[in-house]
Amino acid sequence: MQIRKVVKILLQLKQIYKVFNEGSPDEKVAINHVNLDLKPGDFVTVIGSNGAGKSTLLNIIAGRLTPDLGQVKIGGKDVTLMPEHKRARLIGRVFQDPMAGTAPSMTIEENLSIAYSRTTRRGLKLGVTRKKREFFKEKLSMLNLGLEDRLHAKVGLLSGGERQALSLLMATFTEPHILLLDEHTAALDPARAELITELTKKIVEEYKLTTLMVTHNMQQAIELGNRLIMMDNGQIIFEANENEKKHLTVEKLLMEFQRIRGKQISNDRAVLV
Amino acid sequence: MYTAVFGAVEAGVIYALMALGVYLSFRVLDFPDLTVDGSFVTGGAVAAILIVGGADPLLATVLAFFAGFLAGCMTGILHTKGKINALLSGILMMTALYSINLRIMGRSNVSLLSEETLISKIVDFWKGLKIDDAVAAFFTSIGLADFIPKTWGILVIMLILVFVMKAAIDYFLKTDVGLAIRATGDNEIMIKSFSANTDTLKILGLGLSNALVALSGALVAQYQGYSDVGMGIGMIVIGLASVIIGETIFGAKTVVRATLAVILGAIVYRIIYALALRVDFLESGDMKLITAFIVICALVIPRFIEFANEKKKKKRRLLESQRLIEANANKKSGENLAAVKTDL
Repeated sequence: MQIRKVVKILLQLKQIYKVFNEGSPDEKVAINHVNLDLKPGDFVTVIGSNGAGKSTLLNIIAGRLTPDLGQVKIGGKDVTLMPEHKRARLIGRVFQDPMAGTAPSMTIEENLSIAYSRTTRRGLKLGVTRKKREFFKEKLSMLNLGLEDRLHAKVGLLSGGERQALSLLMATFTEPHILLLDEHTAALDPARAELITELTKKIVEEYKLTTLMVTHNMQQAIELGNRLIMMDNGQIIFEANENEKKHLTVEKLLMEFQRIRGKQISNDRAVLV
Repeated sequence: MYTAVFGAVEAGVIYALMALGVYLSFRVLDFPDLTVDGSFVTGGAVAAILIVGGADPLLATVLAFFAGFLAGCMTGILHTKGKINALLSGILMMTALYSINLRIMGRSNVSLLSEETLISKIVDFWKGLKIDDAVAAFFTSIGLADFIPKTWGILVIMLILVFVMKAAIDYFLKTDVGLAIRATGDNEIMIKSFSANTDTLKILGLGLSNALVALSGALVAQYQGYSDVGMGIGMIVIGLASVIIGETIFGAKTVVRATLAVILGAIVYRIIYALALRVDFLESGDMKLITAFIVICALVIPRFIEFANEKKKKKRRLLESQRLIEANANKKSGENLAAVKTDL
């Protein structure tokens, strides 16, 4: 008897096409017929120069932008036209700006409570209860930043690194179907970035999250995750699967880019090492 | 003098409800909502016309609350669904409400002096308790005979009402929906990524804000004995004055603290205003000017003090550095200059 292995696809992008400023001299095709499948547990890193369409792709998955053509499916369900806030029940996000993922004038526990109710319908029950507070403390202690003792501190008082760690925790502890990381270490100093990278690794492994991470740091893109894609001009121009990725180096990636595009990566922001 | 201050406190407590509404829109939602000038009158108009029509004053007041809620929701819908700028949607709604209020009342002024209102009911109820006589006797016995207000009833009952409302707001802002509303005013990108429909939250928040404003308007109309189509003019500035004065004097670290500060701010504003009116050369027509002046002071003075302190600190630092440089003048090496810097 033949056993057929059923590979379930969690996130599917079909023929996604997006153009900005259509019909004007500034017209730009941001995403040019992109197809992408993510299996449950996949951790895909996305690299590419500025304007390659990485963030646009993430925004289309998150529902902030609607594609002009194509289809987005999550868990087999077509979500192309589902509004951002509804789709957010399935998707956790961490932004590049450490200030973007948290509410500064609210306390740590209030922020966590908002994140906690992401998957539910919000009602008139108290946001922070004693039971939840214990849960928050337990989750915060995972970060090793001592935030579990500062539940009543306003988030605006935290440093950029602490805020980003909190954002990461808030985006993940309700175990979203998909985690989208948009250069979430880019705005931090190297030590903090390292810390957040480590946390990302730990959290994604612990919850086995299906993750799409945009980064400018090629080394990071190679080290993290089980798949890597390279984007340029709105297209996926190179893809490495688990085995290929093990043998990748920054030099090989650069050579690959040159071979495909016939030009060098000319981008000040790309961190090569 | 005492009577004037007492009256100011009484009015301040009633206006505090309006200030709480302004706090919800301005501070919590970060939405400069000018609907207030209209919805305040809507509250007064709905309550007045219902009372004149024979409705129970309590029911009339509750309906005024809901009328304000609708007005606020309309502003929210204009802003979120119609994509109209926040200030403009408030101004549009305020302008529209002027005509609507006239329609509700049928004329520009409805008198309630001969009607039974919530306020007159409170006064009657309080008289039955005979507390005033006891308090009056007490004041006379300690030699303060000239400080005997007509009744304590309005003040006490209104204080209870305001603090019940405050507790309800405090609780609401801690629920899941309340937290989401606060986050909407704080960081919209963030709350959207946590599956909140910010449009709905803004509409709801503005609705509640204007409901409180209308409730205040309904009570003010009953308190002063008439509803007038012009009684809302400048109300937003008064609300803002209360919020800012309260926050400046009493602080706004937590929600519980902030709402208390707003209530006290409304009372302080009324007292300042009452005292200003006692200055001989000011007339009642100068009221809006005084209000604007109070708000300007409340906004500018704290910043001015901060600036002056900063300047003093900088000057001290500069003088200190000059002193150190002179002391090191004979050893003119770069190291010493650097040392001067690190010492500071």
